[in-house]
Amino acid sequence: MTTKPAGNKPAFTNRVDQHVLRLLLVMAVWMVFMALTRASRFYTLINFQTMASQFPEFGLMSLGVMLCMITGGIDLSPVGVANLVAIMMALLLKQLAPADGGGLPVYAIPLVFVLGAAIGACLGIINGLLVSKVRIPPILATLGMSELLTGVAIVITNGAAVSGLPVEYAMTVNNKIGGLVPMQLVIFAIMAIIVWFLLNRTTFGTKIYLLGTNPTAARFSGLKNHRLIISTYMISGITAALGGLVMLANYNSARANYGGVYVLQCILVVVLGGVSPTGGKGRISGVVLAIVLLRMLETGINRFPQISSYYISLIWGGVLLLVMVLDYFSAGKRPIRRPRKIP
Amino acid sequence: MHKGFRKLTKRNETYVSLVVLALCLLIEVRSGQFFTANNLVDIASAMVVPGLFAVGTFMVIVSGGIDVSFPALASLTSYATTKMLLDAGYTGGIWLPILISMAMGALLGAFNGVFIGLLGLPAMIVTLGSSSVFKGVMQGALGSVQLAVIPPGMRAFGTSSLFTATNPVSGLTSRMPVGFLALIAVLLLSFFIMRYTFFGRGIYAIGGNEASAHRAGFNTKRTKFLLYVFVGMVASLAGLIRTCMMQQNHPTNMLGMEMNIIAGVVLGGTAISGGAGSLTGCMLGTLLIVIVENSMILIGIPTIWKSVFVGALIIIGTGVSAYQVVRANRVRSTGRLEGEVKA
Amino acid sequence: MADSLLRAVDIQKSFAGVHALKGVSLDIAPGEIHCLAGENGSGKSTLIKIISGVYQPDGGYIEFDGNKLGKITPIDAILLGVQVIYQDFSVFPNLTVMENLALNSELSDKRKIVNWQRMRQIAEEAVATINFQVDLDALVGTLTVAQKQMVAICRALIFNARLIIMDEPTTALTRKEVQALFKVILQLKAQGISILFVSHKLNEVFEISERFSILRNGELVVTGFTRDLDSAKFSYYMTGREFSDEQFSAKNPGDTPLLEVRNLGLSGAFEGISFKLHGGEILGITGLLDSGRSELALALFGIREADSGEILVKGKRARINNPQAAIKRGIGLVPEDRLSEGLFLPQSIADNLIIAEIDRLASRFKVFDKKKRAREVERLVKEFAIATPNPANACQTLSGGNQQRVVLAKWLACNLDVLVLNGPTVGVDIGSKHDIHGILQNLARDGMGIIIISDDLPEVIRNCSRVIVLKSGRIVEEMDAAEATEQAILSRMM
Repeated sequence: MTTKPAGNKPAFTNRVDQHVLRLLLVMAVWMVFMALTRASRFYTLINFQTMASQFPEFGLMSLGVMLCMITGGIDLSPVGVANLVAIMMALLLKQLAPADGGGLPVYAIPLVFVLGAAIGACLGIINGLLVSKVRIPPILATLGMSELLTGVAIVITNGAAVSGLPVEYAMTVNNKIGGLVPMQLVIFAIMAIIVWFLLNRTTFGTKIYLLGTNPTAARFSGLKNHRLIISTYMISGITAALGGLVMLANYNSARANYGGVYVLQCILVVVLGGVSPTGGKGRISGVVLAIVLLRMLETGINRFPQISSYYISLIWGGVLLLVMVLDYFSAGKRPIRRPRKIP
Repeated sequence: MHKGFRKLTKRNETYVSLVVLALCLLIEVRSGQFFTANNLVDIASAMVVPGLFAVGTFMVIVSGGIDVSFPALASLTSYATTKMLLDAGYTGGIWLPILISMAMGALLGAFNGVFIGLLGLPAMIVTLGSSSVFKGVMQGALGSVQLAVIPPGMRAFGTSSLFTATNPVSGLTSRMPVGFLALIAVLLLSFFIMRYTFFGRGIYAIGGNEASAHRAGFNTKRTKFLLYVFVGMVASLAGLIRTCMMQQNHPTNMLGMEMNIIAGVVLGGTAISGGAGSLTGCMLGTLLIVIVENSMILIGIPTIWKSVFVGALIIIGTGVSAYQVVRANRVRSTGRLEGEVKA
Repeated sequence: MADSLLRAVDIQKSFAGVHALKGVSLDIAPGEIHCLAGENGSGKSTLIKIISGVYQPDGGYIEFDGNKLGKITPIDAILLGVQVIYQDFSVFPNLTVMENLALNSELSDKRKIVNWQRMRQIAEEAVATINFQVDLDALVGTLTVAQKQMVAICRALIFNARLIIMDEPTTALTRKEVQALFKVILQLKAQGISILFVSHKLNEVFEISERFSILRNGELVVTGFTRDLDSAKFSYYMTGREFSDEQFSAKNPGDTPLLEVRNLGLSGAFEGISFKLHGGEILGITGLLDSGRSELALALFGIREADSGEILVKGKRARINNPQAAIKRGIGLVPEDRLSEGLFLPQSIADNLIIAEIDRLASRFKVFDKKKRAREVERLVKEFAIATPNPANACQTLSGGNQQRVVLAKWLACNLDVLVLNGPTVGVDIGSKHDIHGILQNLARDGMGIIIISDDLPEVIRNCSRVIVLKSGRIVEEMDAAEATEQAILSRMM
């Protein structure tokens, strides 16, 4: 029997899993293709800065969706949360702006972020309660919440856009640090690092992976399932709220129906990133890669004016199906035929 | 009779119909307009397209799957059919358009069926991907734009009516569209399939226990494949009827309907985990959503409140039934834990 | 002995280089009850699958009714009259009894359209053959395990079965239900149907079968008449090892009980339960399935809080209203269904080992102390002799016995005082069972208090120092295990 020291590292393929390698490969192929065909229009600083300021919107939301999916659930409400938070904060910003047209008070923007995240957290907690305590299937609970929050947003705004924000907000969030790194990217990076840290360096991470694998066993192991689920949806609410605040800056306005496509995009990105829809599996590296990859694909396509940008949706769906089929054949599994026998 | 009553109180359909009835009465009391001939016809007319979609969604959910691609599928097939016939200068009747679009629907359904049925990939993710692909084909490859004119045969079908109902007080009239017959026909056909064919019983069996279904001698792969083909055909029929009824084809305005349809089906008592549910319940749940979406205006609630009500309805409806399941489990298996929530 | 109904001759089968069956022969006479035994991985399942046409043998052949069979499919096997009743019964919980009964035969007739009247007729005939009383319109999901099994048996009979293979049919049954099942089996035998009864429960093999065959590592070790078999031989054939049956006796239990339960009650499950558990003791709690024994286990662990009475831990009143509270007071529960309730199979062995004590391995803000975690995993792997090249591997890569050890190790990592085990060896093969008993006895000797909740009476008698018998939620007897006999316990349980 070989019992090597327990802390030893898993095999390389285990650590950088197949899925991430496959995504890297797709990305490399795309980058080479762009280099060969549209190098001068793709490989520019501005282009990369633009991409980096665009993907955090749904990238942030995807982080939360990913966590929920690891617990075996799903969050369909990030866009609802994002829009509602964006609208409320937009109204708050307009309140804070002095009537005489002077500048925003210095505390305004930090306040908006803290308050926005707090509202997102509360909405996430409601999701978590519905899923854990009331036991509504997550797909329905968060779908209902999404509809409800969108409804509230419509009622607040009468369906119209909230615009005419104080310029400082968009200027701050759209700012580039050192003239180079977009602020949106920084927000995304901070959240991604926090999520990575949670998943890989804290007991919370291990707990939600195990919870997603087998909730009954988790309960019997003394895990506080309800609390874990509520915390997870709370974090998802926070990332969604931050996504909303980035959207608010990018559009310089807020509206109940912004970012409608993001719900499906988030799930797409998360699954593409290798998170198992049945829970318990998935890495942040895969999800971040998928987020960036999709943005690069979209931007890359836009560099070909003769190709309709609508093709992007075709490519996204195609890539998702392709990756799943590749996973299927590489795992060589036949899910139906083998009857499960309990030994 | 007593036993029959007890059975009735156990059925989900009873509760949903009570809720529907209560809502109707409430609207009637407040407005006096609900049980007028023209309003009832309006509701029936508004039921046609969601009703057709709901039938397909119902069958898929019973099989243990889920389909979020049907709006995209219906949009693509109805757009392609309309465009093709317009370009060809088609002036004939309605049958050819129906035939063409349903053939395309079968093809696209088969696309889903290959991944879900033959390869056994998770339905949620596959249909998410295929929905993206369908949209991409429509907007990218076909370069869809709004078609303000549709072929005369389709226009005639859309304007023809079975009868016209007149409100004796206001004098408002509403036409009962011929499309309503399509809903009835599809309902009867699906009822027959689900109840009286082994294909339909196979759908229930697969939703109950796929491995057992395979052992029992069902060809589970073929059943699932054919199911998605059928659902594709129903969805494409719905898309075409919608185009006819609206007298124009707006390629994107069906997108996003999937969530409310799924919600209606689940509200009607179809188990999201598969295996259980009835067409009656499915229609009642859909009716509930349609009434909320269409008739709130009658009691002076402005349409901007629509999403708030639908969202609250989903949360409360699924919450109540989730709570019932928890309670039933507790009573039945004292030794075991109540089933933990998994998506 | 009459001519054989089924004869399997020199069956060979390999999977990806693993030799699962190495020339196994088996013959079953008409109307015979034949027991097939063997540990997990001995090749039992493979043999069944070959007989029922799911797999094709690589070598050897099968004779049915004296005719040598060529390649057969599962459908061919069914048409010959071979029926397998799997452990999960392959029933549909969401369909009615009637439909469950009639579906298979209608499907094999390749019918496309449902005739509900004919289905009902088929179902009525099927339940009549063994006089099974059941509401045909009830959903199968609402039936008890035993009733589901009867549905599966009736369904098999529709096909004019001549050989019914039952794969560990008694696993989830109560004693009464096992007796009812045996009655049905004898009834079938009287109708000339042969039964291949797969089990590794010794007492059942003795009770029901006339002949037995035992497989080990893909080889037929022995086949013969059950009357020539005894318990020691049985264990030896199964495992190739000799075991000494040592009666456990508690050595100098401490003064204050580790756990005391006073008048504990949970409505609808049990009431008025009082007992004391000292360190060094193994307390057995036994009773029928509906005696409240499982609920008592859940209540001690806080999954279902008791609604009356009190629990004292080391003399102090403790409120145990959730598993965390129980663990904090030093009480652990090894659940009944270890694979589905105790383990996270696709996750790493390491995570499985440390999950119950995870909060102790974190520094501030719940950040993992990686070194501490690694040391702990290393310690547990060594201490429990878990055979794995790498604890980062998934738990499902372990053998069954090693998985059992992981479950135990997970709890013992928490430095518990009291360990409650619900059916600790249900579905475990003899070798691992012995190992687990050994571990438990050693733990008790080290001063831990252990409660074994089980209806495996030999297990309870041999391993416990005291036995409490539950009936309908109440304690009806408390006896010294040394004096207890199976008969005495049984008579109190019923």
